[in-house]
Amino acid sequence: MTATAMTTTAESLPGSARPRARRRPRAVRLLTRAPVNAVLAAVALLWLVPSFGLLVTSFRPTKDYFASGWWRALLHPATLTVSNYRHVLQTGGIKDALFTTALITVPATVLVVVVASLAAYALVFLRWPGRDAVFVALVALMVVPLQMALIPVATLYGHLGLFGTVAGVVLFHTAFGLPFAIFLMRNFYTGIPKDLLEAARIDGAGDLMMFLRIVLPLGRPALASLGIFQFLWVWNDLLVSLVFLGGARHVPITVAIFSQLRQFGPNIDLISSASFLSMIVPLIIFFSFQRYFVRGVLAGAVK
Amino acid sequence: MAAVTFDHLVKRYGDNLAVNDLTLRIDDGEFLVLVGPSGCGKTTALRCLAGLEEITGGYILIGDRVVNDLPPKQRDIAMVFQSYALYPHMTVHDNMAFSIRLHKLPKAEVAAKVREAARILGLEGLLDRKPGQLSGGQRQRVALGRAIVRDPAAFLMDEPLSNLDAKLRVQTRAEIARLHRRLGTTIVYVTHDQVEAMTMGERIAVMRDGVLQQVGTPKELYEKPGNLFVAGFIGSPAMNFLTGRAALDGDGVRLVLDGAEVALSGRAGAAARSRGEGSSVTVGMRPEHFEVGPQGGQGLVRLPVQVDVVEFLGSEELVHATFAGSEVVALVPVASEVKVGDTLDLAVPDTLVQVFDPDTELSLDGDGPR
Repeated sequence: MTATAMTTTAESLPGSARPRARRRPRAVRLLTRAPVNAVLAAVALLWLVPSFGLLVTSFRPTKDYFASGWWRALLHPATLTVSNYRHVLQTGGIKDALFTTALITVPATVLVVVVASLAAYALVFLRWPGRDAVFVALVALMVVPLQMALIPVATLYGHLGLFGTVAGVVLFHTAFGLPFAIFLMRNFYTGIPKDLLEAARIDGAGDLMMFLRIVLPLGRPALASLGIFQFLWVWNDLLVSLVFLGGARHVPITVAIFSQLRQFGPNIDLISSASFLSMIVPLIIFFSFQRYFVRGVLAGAVK
Repeated sequence: MAAVTFDHLVKRYGDNLAVNDLTLRIDDGEFLVLVGPSGCGKTTALRCLAGLEEITGGYILIGDRVVNDLPPKQRDIAMVFQSYALYPHMTVHDNMAFSIRLHKLPKAEVAAKVREAARILGLEGLLDRKPGQLSGGQRQRVALGRAIVRDPAAFLMDEPLSNLDAKLRVQTRAEIARLHRRLGTTIVYVTHDQVEAMTMGERIAVMRDGVLQQVGTPKELYEKPGNLFVAGFIGSPAMNFLTGRAALDGDGVRLVLDGAEVALSGRAGAAARSRGEGSSVTVGMRPEHFEVGPQGGQGLVRLPVQVDVVEFLGSEELVHATFAGSEVVALVPVASEVKVGDTLDLAVPDTLVQVFDPDTELSLDGDGPR
């Protein structure tokens, strides 16, 4: 539900009461939309080609890879094999790397979502001195590039004993995810009519109850999109893990794939199948939450 | 149930005095309407009573208890918002049950209370719907239902009808009045609509710029407005005002305007006379009190006018006319057959003419409240 829809719910008539515009004949509609659809299809195809190529490559024997382009495999589907995957899954490193990635991504996402939704509540619904200044500072933090903090934080982690640990990476991702997360949640919350909170207050709810029973359920679309953003970002991160976990025993999948690239040159059977494995989880997450994702992105923008 | 008392309530936003020394007692079980134009402080006063605003000075009592520093949930009040403020993600049932669940009532009792409220408001078939699936009128009833399941000491209503269409508003107006008779709970009702105030309130408190102007029954406010503002605000169409100088004329008084004169007799004459020769006086006449060109002249105040516009309303006509450069509006029976361009006499019984001091704006009628 978008912020606009919420206001509508609280104030005006439901959609069903609106008169329907008269529709044009189906053929005319199809014809007028055809150019747009064609362009969209072309763009979608263009975007899909690399991923599709990766998928096909991951099912090809290594010798074929050096012999011809991946599209050739489409003409000879019989040459495709799952041996690459068997190889990858039998090699302990990639399984361990996937597990490490999950170990970093899940807490870094949960922490960001929980802290941001609470912080945004405080920024929107509670009155306290310095509230606006804190918000301005948060917006300012959004422009600090992550790369600038790598060296100082690495030094700090060295002192704290966090360097080379998963916890350190989780903390780093959480810290750098929070400014945008709080910004997004705050903007979404400001679309929640204040009357709702006041009604809840009169109904006898305290702040915790209002957060849990009113704000959190209404903020679900924004929370879902925030969760997906953060999950994808952390799952796909290479730079931060490379800096903090580069030489560690347990590394995330991105670092593992990257090291394959360096050690053996184009170790493509391993790289393509491991890459595809690492793509699957974010894809599942995205498709299961995409309904919320689109709405949530709109919700932040169109208040 | 409980009485509600505002005792010298002051609410300030920075330099802006939103409520200025409001003292008002609402009796146990009374239906009081706070009315005034937007920005007059009526909603602020209500929000202070609800505990949604901190007060700057004075006291608010619910029953015998000073509630100044109590949070809303400890004040035992229920509020109906202009926007209804229904929780959009909850069903009608859960909306109504929200507060009593928070108060940890047993499940069976919660269900019984919600069922009873739904029965009173005719919401039985809608309990599983979400607010988004309801019409404006139904949402309004859910908002009322959410208030009545609480069985609070007082209901606070902040313009609850202003989002409804005209027909539904009239219907719901009667429904709320019936509800009040049935439950007997104290109601403080805020509106900017004087018709709502007149039709619903047992007593009406008129506010302007944060200051209470007059409190009384609808009849008192209509017949004896204490000042120019109340006179102009209560009644529809609004009262006509003419300001001129008093000229003493034997026993009577003439009101001298630009190029015209009005003879004031009876009580109105006496009130104007009390101001003295040459003093400035404002008289007020309600549109519905005018008669067109009546015979005889005893006890009548006559205005010779020229008719500019006639609006047909069905059983009556609204006549816009000019007298001494001022517009005069009269509500007359269609049978009067008034036409545009006519020159005619509009007359009001002098007992119905209000007289005011234009400087202090107060009524000069000896009987009227100040």
